[in-house]
Amino acid sequence: MSEINAEQVAHLANLARIALTEEEIEHLTAELRQIMQAVEKVSEVATPDVPPTSHPIPMQNVFRDDVVGDVLTVEQALSGAPESDGSRFVVSAILGEEQ
Amino acid sequence: MARAELMDFDEALELFEPVIGLEVHVELNTRTKMFSAAPNPANSEFHGAEPNTLVAPVDLGLPGSLPVVNGEAVRNSISLGLALGCGIAESCRFARKNYFYPDLAKNYQISQYDEPIAFEGSVEVELENGRVFQVPIERAHMEEDAGKLTHVGGSTGRIHGAEYSLVDYNRAGVPLVEIVTRPIFGGEADAPALARAYVSTIRDIVISLGISEARMERGNLRCDANVSLRPRAAAGEPAEPLGTRTETKNVNSFRSIERAVRHEIQRQAAILAKGGTITQETRHWHEDTGTTSPGRPKSDADDYRYFPEPDLLPVVPSRELVEELRAALPEPPAARRRRLKTEWGFTDLEFLDVLNGGLLVEVAETVAAGASPAAARKWWTGELTRLANARDTDAASLVTPAEVAELAALVEAGTLTDRLARQVLEGVAAGEGSPKQVVDARRLAVVSDDGALVAAIDEALASQPDVLAKIRDGKVQAAGAVIGAVMKAMQGKADAARVRELVLERAAGADAGA
Repeated sequence: MSEINAEQVAHLANLARIALTEEEIEHLTAELRQIMQAVEKVSEVATPDVPPTSHPIPMQNVFRDDVVGDVLTVEQALSGAPESDGSRFVVSAILGEEQ
Repeated sequence: MARAELMDFDEALELFEPVIGLEVHVELNTRTKMFSAAPNPANSEFHGAEPNTLVAPVDLGLPGSLPVVNGEAVRNSISLGLALGCGIAESCRFARKNYFYPDLAKNYQISQYDEPIAFEGSVEVELENGRVFQVPIERAHMEEDAGKLTHVGGSTGRIHGAEYSLVDYNRAGVPLVEIVTRPIFGGEADAPALARAYVSTIRDIVISLGISEARMERGNLRCDANVSLRPRAAAGEPAEPLGTRTETKNVNSFRSIERAVRHEIQRQAAILAKGGTITQETRHWHEDTGTTSPGRPKSDADDYRYFPEPDLLPVVPSRELVEELRAALPEPPAARRRRLKTEWGFTDLEFLDVLNGGLLVEVAETVAAGASPAAARKWWTGELTRLANARDTDAASLVTPAEVAELAALVEAGTLTDRLARQVLEGVAAGEGSPKQVVDARRLAVVSDDGALVAAIDEALASQPDVLAKIRDGKVQAAGAVIGAVMKAMQGKADAARVRELVLERAAGADAGA
């Protein structure tokens, strides 16, 4: 894996919507570089015959029955919102980023 | 906004080969959401709920809430995968797709990335002109739908220039299956029709499985159409590489899918022929103008920073379950079509008319609701298609099969003439209620009371003694004038055949001097 650079950190910060100063980018680049190196070390021993672990306990197929349960009231749902119109959340318009 | 330059469609096809790829999102109609026990608005029972009344903490991404997979949604997804001829994963995981947009409160969507539940399938699609394609399926994966944003303010009310947005999270967490085709070659001039027929086939499949309401106008079935063009290789030369594609998002009616693909072929051809390049981007479809406009540049998959969802465990479908679901699969649409054509006794042309309109399911359900196949076909491909075209929508969004069957029964019983029935359909489509309710409200029933008819006939005969004389002389065709007068007096609410019968009867017996 190529070494992480300041440009990549700035891109990641943009994706994560975190405003970083030049100094912070520099600082984080060095930190992330170290983290990446640590991950690369792990990759050396993680040969293809070692399945990746996404959960510490080997469990699978934990399902819920398709039965309706509790929902929040509108008041509860909106209680943490900085702004609402009484039934919906109000958010600032974000241009051109419809997913 | 400047209108994009378009090349003539036939000319575009001479220069370029269109390659399409289709992504169809199917909202499952389970009772609850994918990862929470909140009611699912894609189930008809909960459709149309007030904003933010179908949300559990998981759907809002509240701290401490944890998703739990809906087992029924998994079984439905496996059934759909099998119906698409796919293999079912021995084991698969969910993944986080990270993006910041307020349609999901968590800042990520739970989806599947490199381990879809179903992969490598094929669907037989028959076009209106009889051509049959095997559309290759790359994968079908499980995910959750996002909330609904309403953009407010700004000059046009569209997203650009909006001042703020209102968010309703009812739809957040609705179980979705995304079906992705491989690039489809060889469609040529039929590529737009193929795109439409493919989505229509997917709709038939999910309806026959009973796993989705599949109402396009409600967004239960949504299509993104990828289109690219590649220059035709000179004879003997190797094929040119694939061109840059655009992805037209959320094309949500059969008509629009065909139009959008056609439009993109013509638009891209005009750019390429001038030596220009196609930008890889998503485009928005505008139903009103029949055009597309640029959306955002297509993000790299890397930008979504997918990683295995740590809050969920792997899904490991047992082979017994897979085989059980396979055994329960309904008849494949292609086989079903062949069977229905025979059962209904339609000619090739009549049957194609139904298929072309994407109305097979509607006709089948109307027949199942008691109408004759001929009547079901007549209403769906005739008046309802006309009404739908006038409204730029699909016929299925106007009325239900049960309503058409009810209407056909009213015609069959003589309560309505065809002419009156058309007015009733218009009323039903306008949301005035069931056919019977519209008949009552608009007073459209045929006057079947012979007494009222006879009174009108006698009056008409009395006022046209010359006609009466002619009828008595055996010139039966003269009765037309009287029938016309009677129909007018009855405001069209009479059965013309019955009126004719009565006119002849009264003419024979009536007193000319009366």
